[in-house]
Amino acid sequence: MNQSEFMQIVNPFKDKVFRLAKRLLVSTEEAEDATQEVMVKLWSKNDSLPQYNSVEALAMTMTKNYCLDQLKSKRAGNLQIVHSNYSDNSPSVQKQVEDRDAWSWMEKAMESLPEQQKLIVQLRDIEQYEYEEIASMLEMNETAVRVALSRARKALREIMTKTQNYGIA
Amino acid sequence: MESHNIETLIEKYFDGETSLAEETQLQEYFSSSDVAQHLEQYRPMFGYFAKEREQRFDGTLPLQPRKRKTVAWLSVAASVAVLLGVGTFAYNNLQNQTTPGELGTYDDPEKAFAETQKALDMLAAHVNTGVESVEYINEYEESKDLVFKK
Repeated sequence: MNQSEFMQIVNPFKDKVFRLAKRLLVSTEEAEDATQEVMVKLWSKNDSLPQYNSVEALAMTMTKNYCLDQLKSKRAGNLQIVHSNYSDNSPSVQKQVEDRDAWSWMEKAMESLPEQQKLIVQLRDIEQYEYEEIASMLEMNETAVRVALSRARKALREIMTKTQNYGIA
Repeated sequence: MESHNIETLIEKYFDGETSLAEETQLQEYFSSSDVAQHLEQYRPMFGYFAKEREQRFDGTLPLQPRKRKTVAWLSVAASVAVLLGVGTFAYNNLQNQTTPGELGTYDDPEKAFAETQKALDMLAAHVNTGVESVEYINEYEESKDLVFKK
């Protein structure tokens, strides 16, 4: 497999790898490093890649493992946390400001979730994978994925209604 | 879209029982401009998910061409070849050293006989090459005897 063939396989999901890494590592730079790391690892597996049913699922599992390792080794030191500032071009200014506030609350709510739940929400609600795929990526069973997802969604809802009720957002 | 339908979907959604298609339906509903007032609270969630989905990786992938890999393989192959060569050479030498007096033997007596005969024939042929010139000496002897009668 040559470089351009490899890029063709990797291109459809490299953004997903990046977003998953960013979900866990928070900082964009670290997420970029993680993406590169995972891609280079995949590239070095090159010849055995056709043996896998889904290179994408393999990449997601590798990303998850890499990021969790990173977090484990960084936990002792200090992890840089960078919140994304949303600059968007949606219609009304009023709504835009509201949305941006609400999104940054969502971001914080997501950050407060345990890693397992972050992963599952990322893979389901953002990347829209099937339960079966998520289960194989995270090496869990489907029921456990559903249960954790339901818990995570409810936790997000709780945090969001709280902030809205108190008018903090 | 009817908001009652959305309510049931939302309920299923938080229990983790919605299918991907149903979740897309929810996404579409909350990204539309007319979200029912009592459902407004869920809008940021779905908006956030949609927003996050748009993030792109714009770094470069430092993939080295695989030449380095083949060079590595070549050097491994070369060192294996050298080791094998040295190994067999040393092995053969050792074999020869351990049996200095032995010159080989035949197990089959007939073959041994044939080989011995061949070796002796060769020897004999070489021995006979000298004999012809010795004949002349006999001639001398005879003529000498003629001159110097005993």
